[in-house]
Amino acid sequence: MPLPPRRWLDDPRRGGLAALALILAMLPLVLSNRFHFDVAIHVGLAAIAVIGLNLLIGYAGQISLGHAGFFGLGAYGSAVLSGTHGWPPLLALLASALAVATLAFLVGRPILRLRGHYLAMATLGMGLLIFMVITNERAITGGPDGMSVPGLSLFGYALGSRDKGAWYALVAVLLLVAVWLALNLIDSPVGRALRALHASEVAATVGGVDVAQHKLIVFVVSAVYASVAGSLSAHYGGFITPDAVGFLHSIELVTMVVLGGMASTYGAIVGAAVLVALPQFLTAFHDYEPVLLGAILIACMIFLRRGLLPGVLDLVRARRP
Amino acid sequence: MAEFLQFFFSGITVGAVYAMVALGFTIIYNASEVINFAQGEFVMIGGMTSVFLLSAGLPLPLAIALAVAIAVAVGIALNVLAIEPARGASVVTLIIITIGASILLRGLAQIVFDRQFHTLPAFSGETPITIGGAALQPQALWVLGGALVVVLALGWFFTRTLMGKAMRATAHNRLAAQLAGINVRFVLMLSFALSAAIGAVAGVLVTPITLTSYDAGAMLALKGFAAAILGGMGSAAGAVAGGLLVGIAEAMGAGYISSDYKDAVAFVIILLVLFFLPRGLFGGKSVERV
Amino acid sequence: MTILAVEDLCKDFGGVHAIQGLSFQVRAGSIHSIIGPNGAGKTTLFNLITGLYAPSRGRIAFLDEPIAGQPPHRLAGMGLLRTFQNLQVFDTMTATENVMVGRHLHILRGLVPSLLRLPGIVRSDRDARERSLQLLDFVGLSAYADMPAGAMPYGALKRLEIARALAGEPKLLLLDEPAAGCNATETKEIDTLIQRVAAAGITVVLVEHDMSLVMGISDHILVLDYGRKLAEGTAAQIRANPAVIEAYLGTEGADAVPLAADAG
Repeated sequence: MPLPPRRWLDDPRRGGLAALALILAMLPLVLSNRFHFDVAIHVGLAAIAVIGLNLLIGYAGQISLGHAGFFGLGAYGSAVLSGTHGWPPLLALLASALAVATLAFLVGRPILRLRGHYLAMATLGMGLLIFMVITNERAITGGPDGMSVPGLSLFGYALGSRDKGAWYALVAVLLLVAVWLALNLIDSPVGRALRALHASEVAATVGGVDVAQHKLIVFVVSAVYASVAGSLSAHYGGFITPDAVGFLHSIELVTMVVLGGMASTYGAIVGAAVLVALPQFLTAFHDYEPVLLGAILIACMIFLRRGLLPGVLDLVRARRP
Repeated sequence: MAEFLQFFFSGITVGAVYAMVALGFTIIYNASEVINFAQGEFVMIGGMTSVFLLSAGLPLPLAIALAVAIAVAVGIALNVLAIEPARGASVVTLIIITIGASILLRGLAQIVFDRQFHTLPAFSGETPITIGGAALQPQALWVLGGALVVVLALGWFFTRTLMGKAMRATAHNRLAAQLAGINVRFVLMLSFALSAAIGAVAGVLVTPITLTSYDAGAMLALKGFAAAILGGMGSAAGAVAGGLLVGIAEAMGAGYISSDYKDAVAFVIILLVLFFLPRGLFGGKSVERV
Repeated sequence: MTILAVEDLCKDFGGVHAIQGLSFQVRAGSIHSIIGPNGAGKTTLFNLITGLYAPSRGRIAFLDEPIAGQPPHRLAGMGLLRTFQNLQVFDTMTATENVMVGRHLHILRGLVPSLLRLPGIVRSDRDARERSLQLLDFVGLSAYADMPAGAMPYGALKRLEIARALAGEPKLLLLDEPAAGCNATETKEIDTLIQRVAAAGITVVLVEHDMSLVMGISDHILVLDYGRKLAEGTAAQIRANPAVIEAYLGTEGADAVPLAADAG
């Protein structure tokens, strides 16, 4: 049976991915200096984490207030393995991601049985606990002072953090991969099961969906997204502090999801772009960051529940005949 | 023994604060089924505001009274501006709203006040009282006494006043209360005002002992929450017992195991309760499960 | 052959006995209706059979295998599926996607193949989509295939739930008030649909308040009252049963008229 024709904008996997690739390819023409590249790279790295978190919050409807914990473990895992122990960075990144996946699997099994407020509080506690460990284990992590991270080298080619062009290309490609994987997942049996259990756990379970297993799957996947983003951020920045693991960073990630639009993969990139770029162009941002994050979260939930990108797309669609 | 007693004293002192935070959770939860993640911020506002009013030259009692009044105003504003407009929204939406409020208040405190640690002078001197070889700060008696007064006042309010009975009726069955002519919107507002006041009082009382800072709220919320579910979510007596137990467990953990990881105790308690004792000690509403 | 056997089943909520010592059997290939006044325990019984509740006591056997205490998704895999009295559709997903979720257990669903969209998944998803479109056609909802379920009319959602349950290839299909809230025409359509489902060899257990529907299509009727079996038998036997007449006339007054009412 033939599928009905879909509009270009509505087909995220073909049209959307092509559009994103085009934007990412054209962007360097507009980025006029190293500072702009730097911002773009940070946006891309944050977006990777946010795309993963959006799978959990936006699609599966499960909240995590501790995702910076996974981001931070990825960052510190890479820092310790490649810095202290001299592992090749790529191997360190993969090993950290594997460790984070294992941790998420073990922690997720019990806490994902919880729902709503209880899950939120349990993930908040998990994040604080990871923060506590990283701050306290000074011998390994440098404690509150942080630690330096060697530059990234891939297959013998060293990527210094001053090598903005190469970093931009790497992050752009990884962002495309991250989006592609997420879109594939959403439009697969696993993704449909996640969206279904978000809408009605009861209907999903009597329909044959193992609800607990699917929550665990998406929790682990989103943790791995965060871990990889964390590892790359650590290598790019060259230095990490426990701030990357902190409560505020967890809330930042959630705000990016909410602002961009829950259950919108491209929205996640928009959310990351706004919140990463804002402080670069708003000099007083640092002092006002928590106030702004809080205000954005509340305002979105009251006035713009679908978020920026889906909200704007709705307007565009409404204008078309 | 003296050592144990010392840990016990510090445990029940912070435990009394957790109990007051847990009471705040309970009151709002019973009125609205919302867990207010900004509960810890009320404690922070109480402490920080009185510190700054005091340093602005106000006498301590007036500074305290004003600090509590400001916290109450913030609580009411939170309800009117953020909770009421989202009535009927999903749980995730409400979580995001109160988390947003928490981070917003923390940010405001950072701007209005500063990013330093602050303390208040102890209300009645700092000469410790020695009991069984352990030292008890006079301020700890203020905290315990204050918590006792709060508990007694709440008990009187909920059982002896019409408004208190209306709040209990609403907690029991919102629709039936509405049909009986109770203004449930006012009950909701009152619940925010009350828990803000209790939180602020706790903040004022404990600041001379534990210090306070703009970002103290999240950890207090986590511990108060641990106390509330340990006692059984929705149960006021449970909140008090849970608070004291969490405080004692934390002090013992810090004393005998590791002071670096004392904050982990609350989280461990949360997990243990959620998995093995979902109704808490006093049989509150069961934790939702799949 | 007996497809479902319930024996001495009990379910208490606190002090309330929602189901008390209930025993009955469902013959394969039949349409078996369960009726009774509101609060008689019909939905509780469905929740027990489909594994949403664990029984306080008693046994449930599906295809001669004990199933009490098994998780619902495993029962779905055995061919035990249901619809809901209070609609439980996936609002944000299209009608087709709703039905495709129902096929979950019958298609490839590995995480890694899903992430990489390997050819096997693409093929299996295409088949699932085709099968789902056929089912939407079967229940008369082809026109809604690409519409988000949240935008569909109520009557259509009732049938969407049936299509979703059918996608799971049920051996036994439990329908919880499929005609509730439907007008006369829609009820007629549901009536026909149930008979077509039964004709396809699927055993149907039906909870329904519309007596003309129940009396017209049921091979066997079980009457519940306060969680107990009040009567059991064919439509004619039930109509003539004094205990049933008393329960309905005694408790529901004018509402009991449907026992005798004709279609409409």
